[in-house]
Amino acid sequence: MMQSEPRALQLNEQGQLKHFLTLDGLDKTILTEILDRADSFLSMGEQSVKKVPLLRGKTVVNLFFENSTRTRTTFELAAKRLSADVINLDIATSATSKGESLLDTLKNLEAMQSDMFVVRHGDSGAAHFIAQHCTPNVAIINAGDGRHAHPTQAMLDMLTIRRHKGRFEGLKVAIVGDILHSRVARSQIHALTILGVDEIRLVGPKTLVPDYFEETGVTICHDLQAGLTDVDVIVMLRLQKERMQGALLPSESEFYRLYGLTTESMAWAKSDVIVMHPGPINRGVEIASEVADGEHSVILNQVTNGIAVRMAVMSMAMSGQLQSQETAASKVAETASGEHI
Amino acid sequence: MKLCIKNGRIIDPSQGLDAVTDLFIEDEKVLAIGENPQGFVADEVVDATGLWVIPGMVDLGVALREPGLTQKGSIASETRAAVSGGVTTVVCSPETSPIVDTPAVAALIQDKALMAGQANVFPLGALTQGLKGKTLSNMVSLTEAGCVALSNHRHPLESTKVLSRALEYAATHDLLVVFHPNEESLADGGCAHEGVISITHGLAGIPDIAETVALARDLILVERTGVKAHFARLSSAKSIEMIADARMSGLDVTADVALHNLLLTDQVLNAFDGHYHVLPPLRSEDDRLTLIEGIKSGVISAICSDHQPHEKMAKIAPFAATEPGMANIEVLLPLAMKLVDDGMIDLSVLLSCLTIGPASCFGIDAGSLSKGSFADFFLFDSTCHWQWRPENRRTKGHNSPFFGDEMIGKVQATYVSGNKVL
Repeated sequence: MMQSEPRALQLNEQGQLKHFLTLDGLDKTILTEILDRADSFLSMGEQSVKKVPLLRGKTVVNLFFENSTRTRTTFELAAKRLSADVINLDIATSATSKGESLLDTLKNLEAMQSDMFVVRHGDSGAAHFIAQHCTPNVAIINAGDGRHAHPTQAMLDMLTIRRHKGRFEGLKVAIVGDILHSRVARSQIHALTILGVDEIRLVGPKTLVPDYFEETGVTICHDLQAGLTDVDVIVMLRLQKERMQGALLPSESEFYRLYGLTTESMAWAKSDVIVMHPGPINRGVEIASEVADGEHSVILNQVTNGIAVRMAVMSMAMSGQLQSQETAASKVAETASGEHI
Repeated sequence: MKLCIKNGRIIDPSQGLDAVTDLFIEDEKVLAIGENPQGFVADEVVDATGLWVIPGMVDLGVALREPGLTQKGSIASETRAAVSGGVTTVVCSPETSPIVDTPAVAALIQDKALMAGQANVFPLGALTQGLKGKTLSNMVSLTEAGCVALSNHRHPLESTKVLSRALEYAATHDLLVVFHPNEESLADGGCAHEGVISITHGLAGIPDIAETVALARDLILVERTGVKAHFARLSSAKSIEMIADARMSGLDVTADVALHNLLLTDQVLNAFDGHYHVLPPLRSEDDRLTLIEGIKSGVISAICSDHQPHEKMAKIAPFAATEPGMANIEVLLPLAMKLVDDGMIDLSVLLSCLTIGPASCFGIDAGSLSKGSFADFFLFDSTCHWQWRPENRRTKGHNSPFFGDEMIGKVQATYVSGNKVL
């Protein structure tokens, strides 16, 4: 009695998104469609009237079991620009009652006839769990689940890369830092692989970049210079302070000395390299201030792109969701009319 | 009461027997196999033509959940599930509430099992009080109250010193200690085998060294203290090598594995289905194949169901938040037969690991149909195709990934001490 994999769960019968849980298993066509659609929303953002009616009359619930200001705000803005009604729920969870409260919360929100849940949760697979246990009429957007996936973040990074580089083919991308705990990195690896970059390098010590990642087709570098040489894109990840307590690293200063992105270390990369960071940044821990604020940094573009990408994903998932509801309804109608005959 | 089971295929690895013949039972014991004993007139004859007659299985890993956790299972429900799966002897976990660390709790479990009148139940006693790993339990009193061995289950001991003292004390009184090797600091917070699947799915990993580091320490302490030792639920390839080496060097230790570790690997975690959340975790294909090799070579002498029933809500949560364990005891043999059907293990080896093998590990008088043994056995229709459905289950547990699956082979009747209980 196997449950369906996330990749099967998130597509409707026509192969369109009806949830957005992970990039794993999606094809280049869908990813490109997200980027194209986001591009068109981006140009709209420059206009004085920023709203489109794609989600008019729909209720979007931001369901955040983990704190996040930035991601939640951009999701909220994205939903509002699509003319949806938005409710924000911040739900603190206790470790013991997680499962129960999660399901109970869902049932309550379902009863309020919401159309879309944007979910962030501390457990890997939580978005998938919700998509499986929720009524099928609600579109689930994963806004980060444990260490597993953060697909909208990865897609906004892809949009940022495409807008600056114009392509994915031939690019070398380095992701630096705490890969082990990063849902962003996992989703980026899927996105970059699907979109066909030339090489993905994961850079960091063995404690943060386990060898098992090699199976995903990436190159692992424990040395920053080897990792950055000739790359077109550098993604720096945030280093959480807890990592020192877990004995994964000796100190922030040693990490910065070995893996911190500075003007000097950036010189190993291509001259037109772009520097990205999912934020919030730790200046002087993983990235030097002059790099974060420097001409190669596209960190603030990422935030702008984030709204457009989230609009794209939400509108696509909603239309895929409606389509699959229509399919289901017409099947019921067919069966019913069949009975009359 | 004289009973004759006629014309069945009796498969009893304890006697190297596999033949279509008759089984004669008088009162609670086996009187003979084969020729009708002189003067024996059966009160009841059961025609077992086309069926297998197998010694009742002995399951070393069962959580009965009572006392205290009766929302998950009860002694009555889980022993009922056991006999409906052909298991007539269960060794139950000390992890109840209260914990089996006093003779009173041990006695209570056995009394309730007697009242339920299903499988024979042998409790494991806690090695330390409250399984807290600090103070030794009253091991001798527990044993006198019916505990078949002592175990701290997967709970860590406060220090290696406490472990060493506990083993010395157990050795003094010639008591069997059951180890679930697990270095808590390495397993800490993990919910899946540390490997490609856990890494790519962002599930906190439990490396195989969480098992092997503890196993290495435990083996050294077993050698030093001379305590009788059994290693339970081994999951990693390296552990099998270590047990084999220990036995080669003369250490008389035994080991078991959970059936699910022989059937499944971490590949099934793709969909984050909490029904596959077990401890120790489902590991790699290499681990699985090495465990099977361990069975074939005799390093592992017992396979258990590791039956851990749960209420429905325990599994309705994101993977890491679900409670670990599966409840498969009533389909133990049909599931295990997959290994025979796939050509991985011989039938006699499999049945040995489900009957006399585990009984010998714990010195329990069960798992055999030799003359004078207790007449615990079951009739098995090896060709019956059926679907195991949740609504027909006997266990209180809702947690099996195998619900809905087609099973080949079904237990038709189970006898304990000559009495038909199913």
